[in-house]
Amino acid sequence: MAIEVRDVNKSFGTTPVLRDVSIDVESGSLTALLGPSGGGKSTLLRVIAGLEQPDTGTVRISGVDATRLAPQRRNVGFVFQHYAAFKHLTVFRNVAFGLEIRKRPKDEIRKRVMELLELVHLEQMADRYPSQLSGGQRQRMALARALAVEPEVLLLDEPFGALDAQVRKELRTWLRRLHDEVHVTTVFVTHDQEEAIEVADTIVVLADGEVEQVGSPAEVYDNPANPFVMRFLGPVTEIGGSLVRPHDIEISTEPVEGGTAATVSRVVRLGFEVRVELQVEGRDAWVQVTRGFADQLALKSGDVVSVRPTPGARSLVLATV
Amino acid sequence: MAKYGLRTIAVLYLFFLLVLPVGLIIWRTFGDGLGPFVEALTSASAVHAFQVTLTVALWAVAANTVFGVGTAVLLVRHRFPGKRLLNALIDLPMAVSPVVVGLALILVYGRFAPVGGLLESWGVQVIFSTPGMVLATVFVALPLVVRAVVPVLEELGDDQEQAAHTLGASRLQAFVRITLPGIRWALAYGVVLCLARSLGEYGAVAVVSGRLVDQTQTLTLFVEERFQNFDQPAAFAAATALALIAVITLLLTKLLRPKG
Ligand SMILES: Nc1ncnc2c1ncn2[C@@H]1O[C@H](COP(=O)(O)OP(=O)(O)O)[C@@H](O)[C@H]1O
Ligand SMILES: [Mg+2]
Repeated sequence: MAIEVRDVNKSFGTTPVLRDVSIDVESGSLTALLGPSGGGKSTLLRVIAGLEQPDTGTVRISGVDATRLAPQRRNVGFVFQHYAAFKHLTVFRNVAFGLEIRKRPKDEIRKRVMELLELVHLEQMADRYPSQLSGGQRQRMALARALAVEPEVLLLDEPFGALDAQVRKELRTWLRRLHDEVHVTTVFVTHDQEEAIEVADTIVVLADGEVEQVGSPAEVYDNPANPFVMRFLGPVTEIGGSLVRPHDIEISTEPVEGGTAATVSRVVRLGFEVRVELQVEGRDAWVQVTRGFADQLALKSGDVVSVRPTPGARSLVLATV
Repeated sequence: MAKYGLRTIAVLYLFFLLVLPVGLIIWRTFGDGLGPFVEALTSASAVHAFQVTLTVALWAVAANTVFGVGTAVLLVRHRFPGKRLLNALIDLPMAVSPVVVGLALILVYGRFAPVGGLLESWGVQVIFSTPGMVLATVFVALPLVVRAVVPVLEELGDDQEQAAHTLGASRLQAFVRITLPGIRWALAYGVVLCLARSLGEYGAVAVVSGRLVDQTQTLTLFVEERFQNFDQPAAFAAATALALIAVITLLLTKLLRPKG
């Protein structure tokens, strides 16, 4: 295991922010810490980096107990949401910083920094200052800077959070490819489930300071441990007292076995997908179907249909209030 | 119309308060040409006063720079009991009259006071000597560096310092390589202000120095003493020199300010 966090508790004042958090991060993996904002993701990441001290619990990095180790001795790379670029240093000197601290020979530093700048496609920008870069370029520089010291683990706190949607998508794909090239154990924080599912091999869902579930993207999406995780990872709707993914519901115009009667209230065409809004037992629900299927049934508002979860689809029975 | 009225009042106000007095001093100083000015400033007493002023100011600026940066870091980056109190105390020298400061220092460090007596027995004379004058100057110029640095340090945030730590930098390395360059313009601004204040200090130094001519006489004390002794050319020459230094530091702060 590259990182083992055991029973970590952390409070700010009287507010508990992490509660008995234990996670394992496998060597070479790309793990997402996913959860709503304020759930303690950054705090957990900072505890791993040593930027925050846990009240109780331990953190082991590469088998070594690092709980009381200062951040500069943990050999972790940390990338901050707002880049934390060294404003008074050029891109080259930013990336060289960790190596200069380690007093590596000049030509070795030069070689390594240029390699890294090539890796993050900033070789043309070596002599610029951070203020002369775009947000995406700054974040790539921060990544190169963190990688320069060959960290045991790379920690990224909402690395693309401050970027616009387009750049964000590009960098996501790029991060995945970079990880496949460099193989450094990576943990990144995000509150965007799509980002976590697309990029990570393992997702840790963290909410209210507690780990809700750990698993591969497919596992947490298809087999959510509880309604919270199910809601957080993708769209859900409620039918017959169960929480179901809207694409896991069958509609038929004839009554079917195990089906529930529903009235179509609206049919919304969103390109390829069609969103059928329904009234089921006096509650709102919706079903996602393909355009072809919707056309075939010729659904319109006011129709009475029968709906049931697709056999084999995962649904969660909600406790009745 | 009101606009012109206000302008006229502002200009007249500044004229009678600032332009006329300073202008007259310069007029008197150079009324008989450059010769008397140079002569007055190169007299043994004047040169000595210059030296004393410079010595006291440099020590005071050095002390306030180290203390100022340290206190600013403490106030912005750390949490500790008594922080608000410290924050309030920093501004005390702004509120207390320099004369009171001088008297207070004599009460503590005077020859017949406990601390002063002890130091005296070790051969260190504080009052009526350079250390006392440095202390007095340090005190009156205390808030200047702190107050210049604090807002910039706050705005800088600690992200960069934390990034430096994760890259292997110790506290000292992060401070020298990251924090100090981040606050350099603000620090320079604070230091220049502190220097100006130290060079011009009169009240507190007057009390603790004992005004010993050719021993503990600073430039400001020299001006006053020459004036009392009807040596107006020397008084005006030294006053002009002080004013020139002030103008130069003012220009320096203007240069440093926008980069804050
Ligand atoms: N330094 C701090 N002092 C006080 N409260 C903090 C501090 N850092 C975080 N918190 C609080 O801890 C909670 C979790 O914060 P954080 O770990 O940043 O969550 P996330 O990254 O999941 O959004 C929030 O309620 C936040 O206000
Ligand atoms: Mg966060």
